Amino acid sequence: MTDVYVNGRFTGTVEDGREFVNNARSERRRGNLTDNANLYYNELSDEVFVECGRGRARRPLIVVKDGQSSLTEQQIKQLEKNEIGWNDLVKQGTIEYLDAAEEENTLVAFFDHELTPEHTHLEIMPLTMLGLTTALVPYGNFNQSTRLNAGSKNQKQALGFYAANFSLRMDMDVNLLQYSQKPIVNTIMHEISDYDKHPAGQNIVVAIMSYEGYNMEDAIILNRGSVDRGLGRSTYFRPAIAEELRYAGGLVDEVCVPDKEVKGYKAERDYRFLEEDGIISPESAVAEGDVIIGKTSPPRFLSSLDEYNLAAATRRESSVAMRHGEEGIVDFVLITENEEGNKLIQVRIRDQRIPEIGDKFTSRHGQKGVVGLIVNEEDMPFSSSGIKPDIIFSPHGIPSRMTISHLIELVGGKVGALAGRYINGTTFDAENIDDLRKELVSLGFAENCTETLFNGHTGEMFTARIFVGNMYYMKLKHMVANKIHSRARGPIQLLTRQPTEGRAKEGGLRLGEMEKDTFVAHGASLLLKERFDSDKTIVPVCEECGLIAIHDEFKNKSYCPICGDNVEITNIEMSYAFKLMLDEFKSLGIYTKLQLKYKY
Amino acid sequence: MLEALKPYKEKLPKKILAELDEKLEKISSQTRQKKIIEAVYEQYNNAKVEAGESVGLVSAESIGEPGTQMTLNTFHFAGVSEMNVTVGLPRIIEILDGRVNPKTPMMEIYLNKPFNKGEDIKKLALAIKETKLVDVTKEFQVNIVESVIEIVLDKEKMKELAITDNTVIKGLTKNLKGFAIKHKGNVIMLKYRGKEEAINEIYKAKEAIKTVFVKGIKGIKQVLPVKRGEEFIIVTAGSNFKDILELEEVDETRTVTNNIDEVGSVLGIEAARQTIINEVNKVIENQGLNVDSRHVMLVADTMCVAGELKGITRYGVVNEKASVLARASFETPIKHIINAALVGEVDYLTSVVENVMLNQPVPVGTGLPGLVTKIK
Repeated sequence: MTDVYVNGRFTGTVEDGREFVNNARSERRRGNLTDNANLYYNELSDEVFVECGRGRARRPLIVVKDGQSSLTEQQIKQLEKNEIGWNDLVKQGTIEYLDAAEEENTLVAFFDHELTPEHTHLEIMPLTMLGLTTALVPYGNFNQSTRLNAGSKNQKQALGFYAANFSLRMDMDVNLLQYSQKPIVNTIMHEISDYDKHPAGQNIVVAIMSYEGYNMEDAIILNRGSVDRGLGRSTYFRPAIAEELRYAGGLVDEVCVPDKEVKGYKAERDYRFLEEDGIISPESAVAEGDVIIGKTSPPRFLSSLDEYNLAAATRRESSVAMRHGEEGIVDFVLITENEEGNKLIQVRIRDQRIPEIGDKFTSRHGQKGVVGLIVNEEDMPFSSSGIKPDIIFSPHGIPSRMTISHLIELVGGKVGALAGRYINGTTFDAENIDDLRKELVSLGFAENCTETLFNGHTGEMFTARIFVGNMYYMKLKHMVANKIHSRARGPIQLLTRQPTEGRAKEGGLRLGEMEKDTFVAHGASLLLKERFDSDKTIVPVCEECGLIAIHDEFKNKSYCPICGDNVEITNIEMSYAFKLMLDEFKSLGIYTKLQLKYKY
Repeated sequence: MLEALKPYKEKLPKKILAELDEKLEKISSQTRQKKIIEAVYEQYNNAKVEAGESVGLVSAESIGEPGTQMTLNTFHFAGVSEMNVTVGLPRIIEILDGRVNPKTPMMEIYLNKPFNKGEDIKKLALAIKETKLVDVTKEFQVNIVESVIEIVLDKEKMKELAITDNTVIKGLTKNLKGFAIKHKGNVIMLKYRGKEEAINEIYKAKEAIKTVFVKGIKGIKQVLPVKRGEEFIIVTAGSNFKDILELEEVDETRTVTNNIDEVGSVLGIEAARQTIINEVNKVIENQGLNVDSRHVMLVADTMCVAGELKGITRYGVVNEKASVLARASFETPIKHIINAALVGEVDYLTSVVENVMLNQPVPVGTGLPGLVTKIK
């Protein structure tokens, strides 16, 4: 008797586990059992596991019977004629999906000619072991698996032509690459996934060499000429959204050009782009602080009745303005209604992003890097035929990472560009590299893909021959324009009077506990004090009771709320955080008495 | 002492003076002697830590930073299974916390002249090892009807450990109350003397007698004779410093334990200080790191100044801090503030943390010197 578990729960027993599993599988192939079910017979424990729950990773394989693939010539012909499709093959039991458990009971052949009577399944294609994005890496079988992972992760962050209807969409925080191209060196997955309908990169000329030290540590050098001609240009879209909310008491937000009497009115200049309806006009170039949607809201607290009557007069300004450090051009204005029936205004702002130092680029092999320098075209190295690379990539990125596919793509790209054809670089099923090299020779280039280059500054010939080729490069969504941050003065927190935190709030960079220790270790006592001056305050202290006194600005006189006027009151400098702590102690009923004395 | 050295008697440490005295004797010229001494004095002054240097913080960082690179967990002792040593970060934490019971107490027992040759060392080692009743028995049987526990002794093991039936019985009589002990062949019978039907009691007793101490030294769980250089020593898991030192075979001048608290109570606080330094350095070396020994010495000093071992915890060294604010900024702030409020404690703002809190210059480095003149 064999125990049977369905979805991990004991359900019953069968006479012979192996026979039961075999029968159930053939029933599944015949279509009498759902193809979502997977069966696994564990010989050691003599148990059968049936799984049909969700969340199992499964992959398709061709069923093999008696050492013969069940995919017939006839089916292949029908497939070619488009008479049948994938789902028909699954229905006919030619292809079945296996989960990790059922795979334990199988023997899978990689290729047709390897089949023996013991085999139970045949791989459709070696590429099926990879996921969609990993299959987009050309010549992936020449790489370490970690690099394939990195390569596919990078591709997911690439800017591209993400949707053909982008001009009608109101996407939040999206990028669009201009002049996107389909890769010269492609894989079968590019075809399957209609990559040419939504490409995400550009074919460019890459030279592998150092350049004045500006491409150390994975940095890359860009050719300013290429940038001027449109390399890596992208558009960044960000919407501004405003809604006319309704409040208790029939009060409502109003989209309009705010009246000057409104509480919190900004400078008149900030409203200059607004049309009469309070919304900005398209194609106006806006920068930090400019109002995009003018809006006023009713006052926040409506407790007393007198205020209620004055409500209209004391409305609050609640316009949507450009954030700190952002700029762009108003692209599209949409006025609509939301689910609650409130007036909803969405404005899309577009900002052209030309590659600059610090922008991130990557090839498809996990070789990401940041722009270290943009070189004038005339200073770029050039070949005798006048070719100047678009990107100079550091050779030090290659040996430790062993991304051979990166080098092969350069060769393949060069052949493809010269011969005017696409190169198939499908992992495990690519065009032969030796053939590519031979073709390169026939096209008039060196077999090892190197070229003699000349120094762009002096015109001298480089002693070493430089590896130059074409490859597909992508711009990643991490751009300095979205990350750059600095602060000298700025907003502070209400409670502690310390600077705010984070780029969005224009915050400071914290000098933390361990950083503080470095100052102490150096004995830089006064520098340390100065660093922590961000929340310093001057507090009048009563020398009699040691509590914080009061300074009356009108009378220009200090007095102690406990001891009165006739006491010595001294102004003491301390951090506001400490003053806050003293106040908190007071609220706890702890009397913290400050004893003053001269330090020196 | 040389004439030229006399003026430096108070200015240089004894060790340097002695070395100079010895080396300078070979130099006859008085002027050259003087020159050398002056140069040494200058070098000595240069090597001294300057006033206002925050040595404590530098020590903390110098030990703390390599600590981030240390491996966690224990390593197995080479050669013997089941004998492992706490090393790396957990051991450092254990030492600096001043724990009374380390996770893996160990001893290295050096032996006196005739015994360290290796003859009979196994016998000696086994004599030290703590033997419990369960180690020398084959089985325990409970006869409920007659309220008797039968202990079947393992004669072979007893022979190996040189234990006679009498020692076993002695151990049992000492530790067991309420049972009559009868001895027959290799079986010891324990008859319950109390009321009848006390099955629970009997079963409890059966478990309890398993750990009855028979022979050896308490706390020594494992012994391992090892050849160290020319002589043989015994490495033990488990530690009982006091009892081991009392054995005549043991060389009490070299025998060590890694249990710092034990060293402190047997040999005194200075020995405990040295043990802290040795143990921390052992870990640091073991991890292939490089920390100046003086940092460790400073930490050991602060742990031992009070005359008893104090860990670097809120109950130990930190509790001794003069400043309320400094204590509160470490752990359990509420406890410290409430206690300070109850007794009206005064904080004189003499160290670093308090002054950082108040945004005052910290009294180290450039913040240390003050003006003598009063400004009005």
